[in-house]
Amino acid sequence: MTKSFKTRYRIVIIILAVLTAMLLGAIILLALGADVIKTYLVILTEPLKNKIGVTEVLLRMVPLTIIALGITVAYRSGIINIGAEGQMAMGILTTTAVALGFPNLPSAVLIPFAILAGAVGGAAWGFIPGFLKAKLEVSELLSTVMLNYIAAQLYTFFLRGPMLDPAELVTGSGTPQSMRLTRNIDLTRFIKGTRIHTGIFIALGLALVIFLLLWKTSFGYKMRAAGASERAARYGGINVPKYLIIAMMISGAFAGIAGSVEIAGVHRRAIEGVTSGYGFSGIVVALFGGLHPAGILPAAFFFGLLIYGADMTQRLVGVPANMVQVLQGIIILVIVATKMILANPYLMQRAEAKWNTLFAKKQTHKEVEA
Amino acid sequence: MEYIICKEADSQGGRGMNFVMNILSLGIPFSVALLIASLGEMFNQRAGIFNLGCEGLMAMGAFLGMLVPYSIGQGHYVPGIYNYLGLILASGVGALLGLFFGLVVVTFRAPQGIAGIGLQMFGVGTAGTLFRHFVGGTQSIPGISVAPIPGLSRIPVLGTLFFNHNPMVYVAFIMVPLAYYVLFKTPWGLRVRAVGTQPRAADSIGIQVNKVRFQALALGGAMAGLAGAYLSLCQAKMFSDEIIAGRGFIAVALVYFGHWHPVKIMGGALLFTLAQALQLAIQGLGIDFPYEFLVMLPYLLVIIVLALSKKSLLMGPTALGKPFNREMRT
Repeated sequence: MTKSFKTRYRIVIIILAVLTAMLLGAIILLALGADVIKTYLVILTEPLKNKIGVTEVLLRMVPLTIIALGITVAYRSGIINIGAEGQMAMGILTTTAVALGFPNLPSAVLIPFAILAGAVGGAAWGFIPGFLKAKLEVSELLSTVMLNYIAAQLYTFFLRGPMLDPAELVTGSGTPQSMRLTRNIDLTRFIKGTRIHTGIFIALGLALVIFLLLWKTSFGYKMRAAGASERAARYGGINVPKYLIIAMMISGAFAGIAGSVEIAGVHRRAIEGVTSGYGFSGIVVALFGGLHPAGILPAAFFFGLLIYGADMTQRLVGVPANMVQVLQGIIILVIVATKMILANPYLMQRAEAKWNTLFAKKQTHKEVEA
Repeated sequence: MEYIICKEADSQGGRGMNFVMNILSLGIPFSVALLIASLGEMFNQRAGIFNLGCEGLMAMGAFLGMLVPYSIGQGHYVPGIYNYLGLILASGVGALLGLFFGLVVVTFRAPQGIAGIGLQMFGVGTAGTLFRHFVGGTQSIPGISVAPIPGLSRIPVLGTLFFNHNPMVYVAFIMVPLAYYVLFKTPWGLRVRAVGTQPRAADSIGIQVNKVRFQALALGGAMAGLAGAYLSLCQAKMFSDEIIAGRGFIAVALVYFGHWHPVKIMGGALLFTLAQALQLAIQGLGIDFPYEFLVMLPYLLVIIVLALSKKSLLMGPTALGKPFNREMRT
């Protein structure tokens, strides 16, 4: 098989996949009676038209990147983490607890401490499904989803009870939220008039950490081996259950960090709706980014764009913002199907044979003409 | 929704015998959505397909189910027949989505776990998007009301427990022996079990593995859609984004718990919803206890049950989650 055919084949398949995804989305948009092309244009270009739009996209990129990095570690180790939503919520709780407990620590101490607390909270929540999978063979797909619901309840409990803003008790508005956290925890907003904060550098740094961990250490190699083929890894003397648990804890820790950063950089208090589906979007980002930090960064930007762009469609073209969830679902389905098509050598052979016959015919025609 | 029910439980009131009766009579209709969905998922898994998208299919079903009577009635009274039209539409679209999922995981052989998450997001997202566009805010509908069975419903205690429900409750419980019969006593059921346990052997005797898997997916999808429509038409009598509340995932868990057997699955669904009814009844008693911990109980129960149940696939589909490829050796 010629190499040029291989690349052309791949490019054609990927273009077809993109078109399929857009077409499936278009079906839903048509059902809404919306202008399909205009909707896509609004989602993809409207946010990039001014400074605030771009920074808002970058703002959403931060938690998406961090969560997707964590999900990548788990996925590469053979365990699918769909519990990032819950792990993030737990990270927010532990971060808030630290910030409420030690409001007078200087920023240089408090911020790392709070982020570490977020990581610990997320890791603890990630440990449960990891342990259940490794020791009791409980499907992580089910246990993580259940833990999401449990975490959501715990989150509301803490925001309504122990962490409730004392001011809420006085005014009695009943909004479940903590008080404004100490200013010492604030991540600096470095562009005036926008919300973009230093958390973006944390995200970039963590991307580098994950790249080094997975591809440049024997520890990461063992995790990837456990994920690639559990059996082979076991024969190679790798303690697979141990790495499953550790991978899940790292994954949870990253979701927790995403929660801390989101609190310290954007909301500055624990409030309902911080996670807002980031845990699930993180899965799409990780897959779209090819489960590699270098791919995750642009993927996170792209999905930040989609999420922020979808917020605008309601106002501009009358398409509800939930549309972004539809697109994410479609993108997952199309990616997994496309991966299988690309990995199928028989299909490619058949395509090449077909192409050759067509091409060969053309050549003979030309010869005849000549 | 949940608190309307607990108020109801409260007004019927009392403790002791009445309290137990309340839990039981709440728990039985509550179990229907789970029961139908997990029976559908059982057919999927028996055929070797792990459909994690059940939640999404249920969300679509719940939305479409309520859309029909809502858009025809626009707040006015509609003849009951339109409710049933909603149920039919929901199961039809569920079946189509099941086939679509089949295209991804059977034809293209994509990994089923992650594809299921995609289907779930697609279903929940689409239901939410269409709901906002066509309905807008929370709108309650008359829905399908209780249809006591003449005569039988007059029996004290047993009558209120078993014969005083909406028609779908009876349908759901008739589905259990029906599913048993289809799965274990018909040629099609045998084919389903064959492609889920030994697809290669099934293939060698001329069973079209992928075709049977598509059929099972269509059936499972239709049942998931129906289960969703039950929630919006019979149980909550409205649609909201959180209406499914993880029931799709719980249904998948129940299939494991029930070892792919209809009767055991029914047991699991009942056990589970009785726990939920107990939770609501306790909330109704007004005991000062953070209700969040009561709400998380069912989900906690699923994890505990999964942790304790046997994991062996011996009695079930050994080819679960493995795509079939004629061209491969293993």
